[in-house]
Amino acid sequence: MPDIKKGMLRKVPVIFELGCEGREGFALPEAEPLTGEPLPDRFRRAAPPLLPRLDEVSVVRHYTQLSHWNHAIELGSYPLGSCTMKYNPKINEITAALPGFTRVHPLQCEEHLQGSLELLYVLEDSLKRLTGFERITLQPLAGANGEFTGLSLIKKAIEAKGEGATRRKILIPDTAHGTNPASVVLNGFEPVSIETGAEGHLLPEAVVPHLGPELAGIMVTNPNTLGIYEASLKDIAAMVHGAGGYVYMDGANFNAIMGKVRPADIGVDTMHLNLHKTFSTPHGGGGPGAGPVGMTAELARFAPVPVVDRRDDGTFTLVTGSDDSMGKLHPFFGNFGVLVRACTYILELGEEGLHEVTRRAVLNARYLRKRLEEYLDLPYQVETLHEAVFSDKTLKKETGISTMDIAKRLLDFGFHPPTVYFPLIVSGAFMAEPTETESKEDIDDFVAAVATVIGEARENPDMVHNAPHNTGVGRLDEAFAARKKILRYTPAETDPVD
Amino acid sequence: MRYLPHAPHEIEEMLSVIGAGSEEELFASIPADHRSAPSEPSRGLPEFKLLGVMEAMAARNRVLPVKLAGAGVYFHAVPAAVSHIVSRSEFMTAYTPYQPEVSQGTLQAIFEFQTMVSELLGLEVANASLYDAATGLGEALLMAVRVHKNKRTKVLISRAIHPLYLKVVETMLGSFGGITVEYLEVCDTGATTLPEAIGGDVAAVALGYPNFYGVLEPLDQAAGLTTASGALLISVTQDAALLGTLAAPGALGVDIAVAEGMSLAGTMGMGGPSVGLMATRSALVKQMPGRIVGQTQDTGGERGYVLTLATREQHIRREKATSNICSNQALVALAFSVHIALLGHLGLERINTLSMNRARRLMDGLLTIPGVRRVFSGPFVSEFVLSFPGRVEELCNHMVDSGVLFGIRLAPLVSAPELADAVLLATVETLTEGDIDRVVELAANFYGGRK
Amino acid sequence: MDSFKYASTHEWFDPQTGKVGISQFAVDHLGEVVEVELPEVGEDVEKGQEIGTVESTKTASPIYSPVSGKVIEINEELEDSPELVNEAPFGDGWLLIIEPSDPDEVSELLDAEAYADLCAEEEE
Repeated sequence: MPDIKKGMLRKVPVIFELGCEGREGFALPEAEPLTGEPLPDRFRRAAPPLLPRLDEVSVVRHYTQLSHWNHAIELGSYPLGSCTMKYNPKINEITAALPGFTRVHPLQCEEHLQGSLELLYVLEDSLKRLTGFERITLQPLAGANGEFTGLSLIKKAIEAKGEGATRRKILIPDTAHGTNPASVVLNGFEPVSIETGAEGHLLPEAVVPHLGPELAGIMVTNPNTLGIYEASLKDIAAMVHGAGGYVYMDGANFNAIMGKVRPADIGVDTMHLNLHKTFSTPHGGGGPGAGPVGMTAELARFAPVPVVDRRDDGTFTLVTGSDDSMGKLHPFFGNFGVLVRACTYILELGEEGLHEVTRRAVLNARYLRKRLEEYLDLPYQVETLHEAVFSDKTLKKETGISTMDIAKRLLDFGFHPPTVYFPLIVSGAFMAEPTETESKEDIDDFVAAVATVIGEARENPDMVHNAPHNTGVGRLDEAFAARKKILRYTPAETDPVD
Repeated sequence: MRYLPHAPHEIEEMLSVIGAGSEEELFASIPADHRSAPSEPSRGLPEFKLLGVMEAMAARNRVLPVKLAGAGVYFHAVPAAVSHIVSRSEFMTAYTPYQPEVSQGTLQAIFEFQTMVSELLGLEVANASLYDAATGLGEALLMAVRVHKNKRTKVLISRAIHPLYLKVVETMLGSFGGITVEYLEVCDTGATTLPEAIGGDVAAVALGYPNFYGVLEPLDQAAGLTTASGALLISVTQDAALLGTLAAPGALGVDIAVAEGMSLAGTMGMGGPSVGLMATRSALVKQMPGRIVGQTQDTGGERGYVLTLATREQHIRREKATSNICSNQALVALAFSVHIALLGHLGLERINTLSMNRARRLMDGLLTIPGVRRVFSGPFVSEFVLSFPGRVEELCNHMVDSGVLFGIRLAPLVSAPELADAVLLATVETLTEGDIDRVVELAANFYGGRK
Repeated sequence: MDSFKYASTHEWFDPQTGKVGISQFAVDHLGEVVEVELPEVGEDVEKGQEIGTVESTKTASPIYSPVSGKVIEINEELEDSPELVNEAPFGDGWLLIIEPSDPDEVSELLDAEAYADLCAEEEE
């Protein structure tokens, strides 16, 4: 009997608990026993791996049942701040699956890959126009990998000037995402945290004390993770350049300024874009993404290889030779399928459409902010763009209900909560980004849900504190997981791993 | 525009709530001197036209139906059920499972993925995926240095690892700095020449399994060396499917095993999206990069799953994190899992046996042509290197005319005199004996007959 | 417990036994402790040196040595039962024992009252 949780939601056994010996989920020709040169026994498995023994119907049902336990953008709002959970156009999936793209080997000769190379060229060209950079590498596999790439370019440039031993400090505002300092360390630089000004902006005076021969550069998210445009960035960039450093822009929030600001024009030397945020490719439950990196003419000589160029006759060629290149991020062309999706999106919308997307993303965010201000503290009052960060400060003091409680209770109303407890400089942060693909009524519904939860916090705090109540599982014990470390399935009859 | 659900009057209403006169006004916080004069913005395309443009672009690629090429990209038969499952909205359009109560589908699928990877790699704990095998190898090397608390900073890396993986690793280690890389050369059998003993400054030894040339490295022997010196042994496998048949790296003494999974996930066209698999011993889990899902229970005691051991990661540990990885390759990992679930160990055994048989038939056939010789004598699975009597590029072009991708020429990838006329050939289960015989015939005709 | 001394980084030190732990205030801010990393027995440590970490599910907090000296014992119970730090931070949840090398450093530590004032200030 299926174990029903409620309605049609089924409890799903671990896949290894299903099936039995003798079932098959594959359709492959019979294989004759190995003939010719044998595979030496020392290289053969002593025992088969523990893997499912299932037919196709059971496998498809298992994963379909599992899917019912997920929230997703196609089910409803997913207003995670800085994550840009926008609708993922369906046409992108069709184009990414075109056999011409999916059935070629990446090491075929370039005459055979003209379509793929054209795609890379068109995407690079489109991103160049939007950002103003000389060159964009499409190899980086995600935002963090893009950060690594941009910082490596900076490192190469510094080393080329013979300053590698001394210029080691990268300034990072305290609003930054954790990947920023982690990427700095992976590049052998030292992160130096600088404070955001009282109004939520980065101020030139925070940078001044660090200008000097040790400064390698600055890493700025713009707009920052409070959703605030860094109005001093151009001045700061000039100061950093004057001191011999470089400017990296984390473009996670580029969707707020696309069509308004070309980062290269305000002094940014290198930046990454998240195609899985701004350019609509699906997040897939955690990836794959893509993090193309733009660079100025000065840095372009260090670009990862290969780069795609167009010959005079209109054909495309891979340029691999460059002694200065920082190297490679991926053995082939990065997350190519993601690149096809983003390119499709850009071609469908055109720059006109992309600019409209920016306007609507900001309209939605400002509308949400205005409506939510009634219910939650807004620690920074200045104008924001694509997202807004609230705090639970007053509510927590008055009711004991925290951001985490609100987040969990929102699940009961069918909403994915915003990003919580980030950025770190806001206590009990509640960081909401609706994106442009939510309608007014979606936002109104979300606000109504928040209002209900805030009302409950005052009248029936236990209801909020013990939430969620309507989800398939209740609040999960994270400490139990971290202490017990059950990180894989182990059949009951044998001893647990470890 | 079809992705923007706003009627004009709704926009007006929203602006009036905000207290703004126009959408443009909302950007007042961007200083005028930061704005770039808009060039003539390009226009979009309706879907039917767009599809035509993209189809035409894709059609400018040349798809060769018979592929005898591998080098990290293996065209396994991937059943339709795989792409069907990963196309489900609930998987494809979900974020990283930060709110576990509404992400159990993704979390349980990852937990099952970790179990599959742990089984295939033969090590106790696996993570939720890395970008690919090449960055996975780089991460494994950095991890080994961390395990030794940065007190051992030398790594020994086999030259027989995929040269393009090595480029990625060089980029990673080069930028990190402070790590000395020594390369281990390839011997006549195609295996890596292992030193007699290794020093106390070595954090790790990394080998391909099988290596780039298709040769099986004696991992157990290498493990003897690393165990004696306290270094860690790292292996990297270009096609995880092989590990259904081969002795698991962990069983041979590997401490950190890495493998590439895209060829089973069905995303190998153009080389990605890739998916890096990584597993290690449980004692080393605190130094492992990437997300990890763990089993737990909810307030009612019911089984559930959460992201765990997060204090290793960048969002908590920032500059002290084990890696900067945030987005990984979750959906590719799911595709890999679905395929593995369909295959089970019998299916994996079947595809490997088919591939091995085809590989032997191809090798034996080609070796009947005068001047064709095997470059490496070491044991192999389904990928191998043959050297041809000249005109290799011409041979490959000749094959193209018959729809055959005749391996990967090694000369552009590896500069070694003995590989000047060498081709790396690989087989998969989709090739028929007829395909193989036809290819052998084409090659024989090209060189003017058989012995 | 009244005789315990405190570092401004929220470690306590028992001059009687040489035991080091983290305060209730620290525990309250950490949440559920899931892992404790400690130095090796025999290691010489400096006052203020980072000698380990206490990890909860949401954060990893460094442990600073309240005094200089030699590590003579670590609480091995914590490896399997890190929750002891939550349950009894001043008792079974102690972290390690240090033999102090400089008595002056011990007397420089905060007493219970001064530490309570510090916590009240930080709470603001």
